[in-house]
Amino acid sequence: MAIPVARTTARPTVRTPLKSRRANRRLAADAGLLVLAAAFALPLVWVVLSSLDPHAGLKVQVPDGVTLDNFDAVLTPDITFTPLLNSLILCGGGTLLTVVCSTLAAYPLSRFRSRLNRPFLLTILFATSLPITAIMVPVYALFVQVNLIDTVQGTIFFFAASQLPFAIWLMKNFMDGVPKELEEAAWTDGASSLQSLVRIVLPLMGPGVAVVTVFSFVMMWGNFFVPFMLLLTPDQMPASVSINEFFGNRGTVVYGQLAAFSIIYSTPVILLYVLVARRLGGGFALGGAVKG
Amino acid sequence: MDTRVAPQVRPPDPSGAKVASPRRGGLRRSLVRALPVSPAVILLLLFLAGPIGYCAYIAFTDLQLTGQAQSSFVGFDNFRAAFEDEAFLNAVWLTLVFTVLSSLVGQNTLGLALAALMQRASKPVRTVVGGIVVTAWVLPEVVAGFLLYAFFRREGTLNAILDWLHLPSQNWLFTLPILAVSFANVWRGTAFSMLVYSAALNEIPKEITEAAEVDGAGGWRRMWHITLPMIRRSIGTNLMLNTLQTLSVFGLIWVMTRGGPSGKSQTLPLFMYEQAFQKSMIGYGTAVALLLLVVGSLFSVVYMRLLRTEV
Repeated sequence: MAIPVARTTARPTVRTPLKSRRANRRLAADAGLLVLAAAFALPLVWVVLSSLDPHAGLKVQVPDGVTLDNFDAVLTPDITFTPLLNSLILCGGGTLLTVVCSTLAAYPLSRFRSRLNRPFLLTILFATSLPITAIMVPVYALFVQVNLIDTVQGTIFFFAASQLPFAIWLMKNFMDGVPKELEEAAWTDGASSLQSLVRIVLPLMGPGVAVVTVFSFVMMWGNFFVPFMLLLTPDQMPASVSINEFFGNRGTVVYGQLAAFSIIYSTPVILLYVLVARRLGGGFALGGAVKG
Repeated sequence: MDTRVAPQVRPPDPSGAKVASPRRGGLRRSLVRALPVSPAVILLLLFLAGPIGYCAYIAFTDLQLTGQAQSSFVGFDNFRAAFEDEAFLNAVWLTLVFTVLSSLVGQNTLGLALAALMQRASKPVRTVVGGIVVTAWVLPEVVAGFLLYAFFRREGTLNAILDWLHLPSQNWLFTLPILAVSFANVWRGTAFSMLVYSAALNEIPKEITEAAEVDGAGGWRRMWHITLPMIRRSIGTNLMLNTLQTLSVFGLIWVMTRGGPSGKSQTLPLFMYEQAFQKSMIGYGTAVALLLLVVGSLFSVVYMRLLRTEV
């Protein structure tokens, strides 16, 4: 997977002791890293092996026979397709709303100067790092009062709102990277701000929009607590919540199937991450927030 | 947006200087310019600021899920009750342990170690290690929870390894659940620190570390006297973000232990959930949520100061 990497330290040096010391150091670093990586890999190895193992247990073990039965068993409307479709509707809707609203909001923030920009952006930055988990109980109480509880649209709205601060922040930073001069020509030709946003700015910041889209989607796809609180009907549950069923209601846990489902459910976000990882340079959340 | 407004939005300006204060253009122009922000603002007010305000209100009431038709204002009773509630104090303590172990010590130190080692490692190793660590991070919360649940269970991988090494094994999720969920959080969250620190270390000019190396400073001394001071801003922001993320972890712990056994891994978010829903005391649960929000806000403010951003 593409992640930001350091430049190699090797550089032709005149002094051999330093050079050989460096080679040794590289060996040591490689060895240390591989040990750490092995520890990180164990749970991942478990899920892959178990999904192919007809008699999967809880520990990492090489299966005595490889089978796709586990995948076969979970690929039913009930277990996989409906929850994944629900996830897609929730996260797709939430992402769409987030991207449209954040693009619109970022435009004036990036293009026009106003006394309100700074307070607004500071509030947004502040909201970016609030623990959203904490407000789920009042959100639930509020949703009950306004009849939004157990509705897909209510959950979508909340998803979008919780993701918006960060999306606006990122989007504004990406938009700042598009030179203003390009728009000025369009403006003198009589184009409106909306026209220049759609025709000039957005095409130029396509990668930025892609990053915000993928990031929002990945965050929502993996989110458990929000749909867990706001949705009640089992038929509406996304995969992040329905995966619980493997433990609760089905009696003995079939670990092989659980592993197979975990892989199916995780694959989309891993692929999406790989798609945008190079763009991100410093990593997912860092593009806007940390570099400031 | 109205096309006719456009020429006013940006009057031809041969000097190329920035258009001055919004006052000159008048109120109408400011409103038109602010229009695109409104969908976002409405969403944020209704679904984020609204609940936070509502949170601040019902934390002072005795709102319950069942039985009671009306709730009444009870002042600071919920907070007073919380600080006399041993289960709450236990949750505060466990949240502290969880945050210190997994975020401050685990994710932060391990992330820095990984980033520092990666600076020296060969490229294939870097790619493989980075891939594995980042995969753990990208996985959905619940899946990560299940993988670590399997790892720490009595018949899981950890005990299998301990047996193989002839070390004593035990039922981790039962005896040391808070340790197990902290490790889980380290497993899941370290990639973030690793990426932050990799970016920070890449920005240190090679000449400086090379000069120190030629002068005979060893690895540890270079780390302590040169690298750490140079990346201290990244350390600050990373610690803040890690702490904020860790404060709001729910799904991971829920999947692994449900906060149990008997509250031994019940951090504040799980305590809040239990009070509000399993015991139907929404008012009390919200008071806990408000405390969590306040702590989060404090961290958030410190984070913004550290960032010293030029908005």
